Amino acid sequence: MSSPPAIEVSDLVKRFRREMLVRDYGTWKSLLLRPFSRQRRRDLVTVLDGVNFSVDPGRTLAIIGQNGSGKSTLLKILAGIYKPDAGVVKVRGRVSSLIELGAGFHPEFSGRENVQLNAAILGLSKKEIAERFDHIVAYSGLGEYIDAPVRTYSSGMYVRLGFSVAVNVDPDVLLVDEVLAVGDEAFAHKCEDKVNQFRRAGKTIVLVTHDLGAVEKYADEVIWLDGGCVAARGEPKPVIDAYRQKVATQEDQIRRDQCQSEGELRQERWGDGDVVIEAVRVLDAAGGERAVFQHGEALTLEIDYRQVKPTDDLVFGVALSTAQGVLCYGSNTHIDRAELGQAPPAGTVRLAIERLDLVQGTYLLDVAAHAKDGRAYDYIKQITSFAVRSPVGDEGVFRPPHRWSLAPRREA
Amino acid sequence: MLLTRHLGELWRHRALVAALAGRELKGRYRGSVLGFLWTFLNPLLLLLVYALVFSVYFRVQMEHYAVFMFTGLLPWIFFSQGLMEGAGAIVDGGSLVTKVLFPQQVLPAVKVVSNFVNFLLSLPILLFFMLADGLRPGPAMLAFPVVALVHLAFTFACVLVLCVATVFMRDTRHILGNLITLWFFLTPVLYPLTQVPERWQWLVYLNPAAVFTLSYHDVIFWGRWPRWDHLGLLALLSLAILAVGVRVFEHYKEYFAEKI
Repeated sequence: MSSPPAIEVSDLVKRFRREMLVRDYGTWKSLLLRPFSRQRRRDLVTVLDGVNFSVDPGRTLAIIGQNGSGKSTLLKILAGIYKPDAGVVKVRGRVSSLIELGAGFHPEFSGRENVQLNAAILGLSKKEIAERFDHIVAYSGLGEYIDAPVRTYSSGMYVRLGFSVAVNVDPDVLLVDEVLAVGDEAFAHKCEDKVNQFRRAGKTIVLVTHDLGAVEKYADEVIWLDGGCVAARGEPKPVIDAYRQKVATQEDQIRRDQCQSEGELRQERWGDGDVVIEAVRVLDAAGGERAVFQHGEALTLEIDYRQVKPTDDLVFGVALSTAQGVLCYGSNTHIDRAELGQAPPAGTVRLAIERLDLVQGTYLLDVAAHAKDGRAYDYIKQITSFAVRSPVGDEGVFRPPHRWSLAPRREA
Repeated sequence: MLLTRHLGELWRHRALVAALAGRELKGRYRGSVLGFLWTFLNPLLLLLVYALVFSVYFRVQMEHYAVFMFTGLLPWIFFSQGLMEGAGAIVDGGSLVTKVLFPQQVLPAVKVVSNFVNFLLSLPILLFFMLADGLRPGPAMLAFPVVALVHLAFTFACVLVLCVATVFMRDTRHILGNLITLWFFLTPVLYPLTQVPERWQWLVYLNPAAVFTLSYHDVIFWGRWPRWDHLGLLALLSLAILAVGVRVFEHYKEYFAEKI
């Protein structure tokens, strides 16, 4: 580990001028009217605010974060397209960026001609282009279309050709922005192979993506950018988990706001009112109210009730169904033979679910207070809903905790 | 020094400039039936139009007027198109400016070079018409490369300033388009200097475009040496504008990607 870091970023700050089409747009007129105006200085948006990190040669760094968190700006600064407003950015070695594929392609020219030009634009010398040309063309897999004008290409072909040139620049540092999301399955595999090949060859890779699966697969280290600052940095797993948590919390907030404003729940309520359900809360393990859960998380349901008329056979019930109305689970304190003792005149019933073994989706809750014979005191259908998020794409309703394994079979 | 560094960088990327300029020239007529032939056909047809208007309709009383007019017109086309295209070089650079690391001074250079090459390629047409009209090029033609070089330097210097101005003020191009039309008629392209009242002739010399136009007329049409003093002054002026242009360009180029 004696070699210096391939990328060093310290105290990086980047600001953009807030550009409003109506006012700020520079014109000769405004220049003439107030040539030394400094008032625009105030309209700055800080996109990156004191970012620090370094990447050792041969490591793969992934940058994750929500839209507008400054990921792409950071990548463009690493690529040298933007200049930082403050701080130092050092990148050692030849950089190739997969930020834009096929930059400067001319639609009227053939793929062949455009490869020559694009390679020159990306900084290859004439000799290098001659050496690598056949390989680039072969790698693009365009076959005879290489001599057709680029304007006749499908978008997939266009990207494949651009990718082919960009990765054959033979960089020391590869900067990858979301581009790998385009193209078909075969292309995706090709990209994957190439990234792996780069990793084996000891190249440094910086990856900006929303594909957290890919991050877990490739990255040695992850930086989570949030609002232009490094929110977390380190091993992929914990950083990704923290990021997911944050996203879920925000989603949660949005969901709850929506529930309140839109009334997506079609609530129905009946019963004789001897017992009134006053509030229902969906809580997470820490006791905070939540509307979005990760699969397998714990969930606690709290029901506040009040007895208007004293009853001695009070039963509390809960039903959980999917958004399509499929009942997933229903039970009550009577069926479960829960020993609760005599219910006080007012209180809170708590149902603790240790693991939400549900697949991803939205689930609706019904709660009820009724008598043992089923007579409803207060029955509320679809009183609330919550969502389950899962990185796994399994289907159905119920996900039993499970594990796959494989063993050879002994022939008899 | 900034100027030498800028030009040195440009020289280092000469292969790229050549490749991109080649693309401009080839791409212009790509897809048309006559293809590259248009490079020659366009000035030829233009010449015929002007010859028709001025020699047949207007009946300008001047010997070999068509050749005279054409001598000034060809460099002017290079100049005006170079300025117009060059001014938009960065703005129209698209992803080359915003998405990849790319030596941006190449972009305006490409526009100027491609139009310059286009100009050189149209010269044989002019030569052909001279010979057909009974005019022989004289030894003063030897000065042509010098005139063309100064002209090229002046155009490039102007473009460097204009392309930066256009990035920050998109109006530049529209203003420029109209200014060039005015400039065209103020410059003795379509008329000889003798048509200008004598007491106003000094004004014409203040016009840099007039200097190179008159020089082209001198070396190609009149067969005499150009006014070296004027040409030298134009060269100095070009250098001064170039120094300013490079300074402006280098200072603002880091904002190009954000502004476009």
